[in-house]
Amino acid sequence: MLDERYSLAYELYPYERSPDQDNDTAKRHPVVVMGGGPIGIGMALDLGLQGIPVVVLDDHAGVGMGSRAICFAKRCLEIADRYGCGEPMLEKGVVWNLGKVFHKDHKVFEFNLLPEDGHKFPAFINMQQPYFESFQIERLRELQSQGAPIEIRGQNRVDGVNVHDDHVVLEVMTPDGPYKLEADWLIGADGANSPLRNMLDLEFTGKVFQDSFLIADIKITDDVDFPTERWFWFEPSHGSGASTLLHKQPDDVWRVDFQIGWDVDRKEEMKEENIRRRLDAFLGGVKYDMVWSSIYTFQCKRMDSFRNGRVLFAGDSAHQVSPFGARGANSGMQDVDNLGWKLGLVVNGVADDNLLDTYNSERAHGADENIMNSTRSTDFITPKSAQSRIFRDAVLALANDHEFARPLVNSGRLSVPCTYDGSSLNSADGMAGPERTRPGSPCPDAHLKDGFLLNQLGNEFVLFCINTEGPTELQECGVNVRMVSLSAVDDPKGAVAERYLGDAPSAVYLIRPDQHVAARRETYNENLVRAEIRRAIGKE
Amino acid sequence: MTELTLTANIDVPDDFYADLIDAHEGLSKEASDALNARLILILANHIGNRAILKQALDTASHQKGG
Ligand SMILES: Cc1cc2nc3c(=O)[nH]c(=O)nc-3n(C[C@H](O)[C@H](O)[C@H](O)COP(=O)(O)OP(=O)(O)OC[C@H]3O[C@@H](n4cnc5c(N)ncnc54)[C@H](O)[C@@H]3O)c2cc1C
Repeated sequence: MLDERYSLAYELYPYERSPDQDNDTAKRHPVVVMGGGPIGIGMALDLGLQGIPVVVLDDHAGVGMGSRAICFAKRCLEIADRYGCGEPMLEKGVVWNLGKVFHKDHKVFEFNLLPEDGHKFPAFINMQQPYFESFQIERLRELQSQGAPIEIRGQNRVDGVNVHDDHVVLEVMTPDGPYKLEADWLIGADGANSPLRNMLDLEFTGKVFQDSFLIADIKITDDVDFPTERWFWFEPSHGSGASTLLHKQPDDVWRVDFQIGWDVDRKEEMKEENIRRRLDAFLGGVKYDMVWSSIYTFQCKRMDSFRNGRVLFAGDSAHQVSPFGARGANSGMQDVDNLGWKLGLVVNGVADDNLLDTYNSERAHGADENIMNSTRSTDFITPKSAQSRIFRDAVLALANDHEFARPLVNSGRLSVPCTYDGSSLNSADGMAGPERTRPGSPCPDAHLKDGFLLNQLGNEFVLFCINTEGPTELQECGVNVRMVSLSAVDDPKGAVAERYLGDAPSAVYLIRPDQHVAARRETYNENLVRAEIRRAIGKE
Repeated sequence: MTELTLTANIDVPDDFYADLIDAHEGLSKEASDALNARLILILANHIGNRAILKQALDTASHQKGG
């Protein structure tokens, strides 16, 4: 009755019978999350940290095998760090900055991500997705042991939903048979094929790309030392794919990604001897073991609205992008970062449920940005018309000798966080501060005398005062605002001043629980700040 | 200025490239070629300076094809 659709890397939440299954009437929970992938678990961590009871239902008993996502971006790691699991990821992950682009045989150019100083997290780390998910679950268990109201139920498959105006009824299948459950709010984090989307008959529209990619994760057993860089080939002359990507992961594992065309016999291509044939042509004699392989095709699609009354969608169920640019898990984590505090305020009765509409508007903006970027990369990597190919090849030919053509080469524009420009939760910019910290921006990190700035922001609303005094405490409409004050002595490298003051002598930032700027001005003004808080929770 | 600019100079290169590819979307080979020809002439007129146009022609001609 419960089939295993994929094999597990780690069994982390085996089935246990819940008392809910023995109730005569369906038990009501404030929030139920359907799907225990990285996004569903992220959601649970966010809510659990706020003390909001949350139940996660996943149809498997743990984390799926196979690495899928390998590139985790700075913002995603910062969010994980806010949840308390960023540090083990940083420790496990491989940090890389250098990328090389090849066309046929020769190197066209190389780039360096040139990370800015003074951030706790690098631009990217590479790490197998099961590690990412395991660190999340480890943290979830730790929070549970400290009393956080999080529950995760393995081998609980949602088979049906009935959506009402003020709650949702779920039909859940388990190894012990079916039971019913109710939720005030249901979060659909059930992945790209989202059964929930289908149950509700909601559309998922966009483009399907006519190409497939063969991924092989291999462990090099020879004593060759490939550098920790991202290497991308357009039309590699070894001929084993129309493009090829080589990227390092922890444990001496390498990701090789071959673009193999649309008209392929998947079964045939997945035979080990055929995968090895491509790998051998590419690696020329190097010895390796195969760790995992898969063929994937992809689409760039999204739902019209991520909110449908009492049901909210996050992660791949809401939007799917091509893997070029590492935007899937990275943007899904930004979804839960955005949704968590809003849902918390609504569940606690502090905010009205229209605040949740801004989850849709802000994150749809993010999804559109991601879809646009990943569609452009895809069009460059696999030109879809003869003319497009002519331009692509011209760019590659020119990029070799001429710097001007290099910014046009697009082998994946790597994920950067989204700024919520124009959001109704932002207040008008009250100072002539740096562009990068305007209202709507994610706060950039900075090295302080002790520790990092981002560790002091987030989880609650924060009034961040730089070189000026704020109140000792502030409460507005049921929102408690925490005070963080810094001055030049806390900022020996001047990074806070550079990133948050610019030419201004002082600043007062109102920062949302997801570490995005809601408002800023040069000095504290109680009436204005109160209005900014109300606006930031959808009450103005 | 009589030096051809060969360092990056396009504002938001990805937007430009997408516009360029979009302009050709759905066109036949002939229509595409004609569009390119018109585009080259328009851009050449904008540049105006013969010395620069000559350098651009040389740079494009001496590039080994893709
Ligand atoms: C080859 C490849 C490379 C990628 N590389 C990157 C990368 O480098 N960086 C990046 O950020 N992203 C990358 N991604 C994307 C990333 O893997 C996904 O975005 C991410 O897994 C989405 O997480 P999710 O939690 O939304 O969905 P999923 O991981 O799909 O999780 C959904 C969960 O819901 C469960 N579920 C499904 N149906 C039910 C049901 N009826 N009842 C209960 N539970 C259910 C599933 O079992 C699963 O556990 C890549 C993807 C692929 C395929």
